[in-house]
Amino acid sequence: MPGEISGSPVLAARSLCLERGGRELFRDLSFDICGGQLWQIEGANGAGKTSLLRILCGLSRYGFGGRVERRAPLLYLGHQSALKALLTPRENLALHVSGDGRYAGHQIESALARVGLYGYEDVASHTLSAGQHRRVNLARLLLSDAALWLLDEPFTAIDKAGVQELQALLGSHVAGGGAVVMTSHQALDVPCDVRYLNLGAGQRA
Amino acid sequence: MQFCARLLRRQLLLAVRRPLEIGNPLLFFAMVVALFPLGLGPSPDTLAGFAPGVLWITALLSNLLTSDGVFRSDFEDGSLEQLLLAPQPLFLSVLAYIGAHWLTTGLLLAVVSPLFALMLNLPVQGIAALVASLLVGTAVLSLVGGIGAALTVGLKRGGMLISLLILPLYMPVLIFGSAAVQAAVGGLPVAPYLAILGAMLCLAIALAPLAMAAGLRISIDA
Repeated sequence: MPGEISGSPVLAARSLCLERGGRELFRDLSFDICGGQLWQIEGANGAGKTSLLRILCGLSRYGFGGRVERRAPLLYLGHQSALKALLTPRENLALHVSGDGRYAGHQIESALARVGLYGYEDVASHTLSAGQHRRVNLARLLLSDAALWLLDEPFTAIDKAGVQELQALLGSHVAGGGAVVMTSHQALDVPCDVRYLNLGAGQRA
Repeated sequence: MQFCARLLRRQLLLAVRRPLEIGNPLLFFAMVVALFPLGLGPSPDTLAGFAPGVLWITALLSNLLTSDGVFRSDFEDGSLEQLLLAPQPLFLSVLAYIGAHWLTTGLLLAVVSPLFALMLNLPVQGIAALVASLLVGTAVLSLVGGIGAALTVGLKRGGMLISLLILPLYMPVLIFGSAAVQAAVGGLPVAPYLAILGAMLCLAIALAPLAMAAGLRISIDA
């Protein structure tokens, strides 16, 4: 549970370096991410934000220097929605490949209702819009009890009200002792401190 | 285990929602079997002699046709990333994927194969051996094909490469599969051939998921 590990690092990165196409994206990047912290990774397009997140969550295993220690279950939301168009939102959540499933039917219903998909539980996902696909993924945030969230551009395709709700959700996750690492180009309006990791400068800002 | 059952259900549900993909290999099987009397001449005796090999080669090709897609759609929509991050062992997850693939291709093919066997005038005593050898053999083919699929899923056009990668590994299955049917037709014992196919299946179940898991990690990393 998020509350118990508050204070101790849930993820430790040691001297990460990455080179892509002959260009050094970052070098000697070390940081500890603890429960109760929200980190925003900043940088221009192509600065290596997504690459860094993929290294942190463990999808990239080779081709970078340094070490990453993960000490808590994590939830990663990437650019792609990972939704099956042929399944309904309810089925997508109940049969999700990430394995953090086993939710009761009413849990899924209330999570979908909270992300504004009430009434869309049982329609095929290919009839939903891109923003609604993102919202189904946000329902995973509500259902999951992972302490560490790694979010790649979570605000993409989400409407203004949805952005407000998501920021509130991030705030309450952090207040509950969880940790969030996210990339975004917008300024955050969350009820907690935001730590910035600026990749353009190559070090912590 | 519960997680595996959930993945299996997901894959089967996806397959059922797209019935054409289940039907395609069977249609392919029917079409290719229909080509042989045209090419070899319609004499029933000639066809009966070639039937075990023809049926097995066709089954192998229709399996090859579908194995490219085992992980493809999951790769394209990002589900594969989530699968790799799941706390469950990838070994069991890919077994569930392959299990679903076999249920929707190999099993169905084995079930309808007697019909095609009769079309090619295969002697009746060979039919039980054909079904049994296809049941076991296509499971091996699915597992081996999964390795090729995992390695080529990141490539835009992996179709040709996957054939080159896995066809050599299909050969032993073809040899013992068609030999089992020929033995049955000739009145010889079938059990040794099926036992060897069973041994191949055990080996494939033990080793193929390891190769698939490694292949998927490489494909996602690239």
